[in-house]
Amino acid sequence: MTKSELIQRLAERNPHLYQRDVERIVSTVFDEIAAALSRGDRVELRGFGAFSVKRRGARMGRNPRTGASVQVGEKHIPFFKTGKELRERLNERP
Amino acid sequence: MAGQTVTRAQLSEAVYQEVGLSRNESAQLVETVLNEIAEALARGEMVKVSSFGSFAVRKKGRRIGRNPKTGKEVPINPRRVLVFRASHVLKDQINGALSKADSGTGAA
Repeated sequence: MTKSELIQRLAERNPHLYQRDVERIVSTVFDEIAAALSRGDRVELRGFGAFSVKRRGARMGRNPRTGASVQVGEKHIPFFKTGKELRERLNERP
Repeated sequence: MAGQTVTRAQLSEAVYQEVGLSRNESAQLVETVLNEIAEALARGEMVKVSSFGSFAVRKKGRRIGRNPKTGKEVPINPRRVLVFRASHVLKDQINGALSKADSGTGAA
């Protein structure tokens, strides 16, 4: 399912809403999550999961082709941990 | 900077501000969005959100695990797990914002 298919499905289930509004709702949800992570905040959605940002410290890396050492700067990576209820839902039917 | 936790309440508030539906309906719609995603995943479908990331279901086979406390071997049954891969757009956005600020985040 892609974002546009998600919008399509939500629009079908909510015929009283304009398609344009459904698009804005879906975009707002993901934009807010992205904005929170960009502030370094955590996003906790009980039953669904939690998004957080993990810091990876600077390190010396190596170019695997040449073997030359290169400095790799600190970086931040987004991380998602599945919520308990969703994890169980994934395993309901074998 | 940060270390705050954003929840459904803030997402609903953002939808309320952005779309102009009632607070109540905004909250319900946030829930519907999450539920629709969860349902697709429960069907084993992958969910791709452009410029955000993708959620995929991965099947894990049966394996023998170990209780770390007692050292006892226990079977871990086949199960399905969810993996999230952030898009480059999201990674770049986060790094762009956080590399300017000082280090340290509220990460687990």
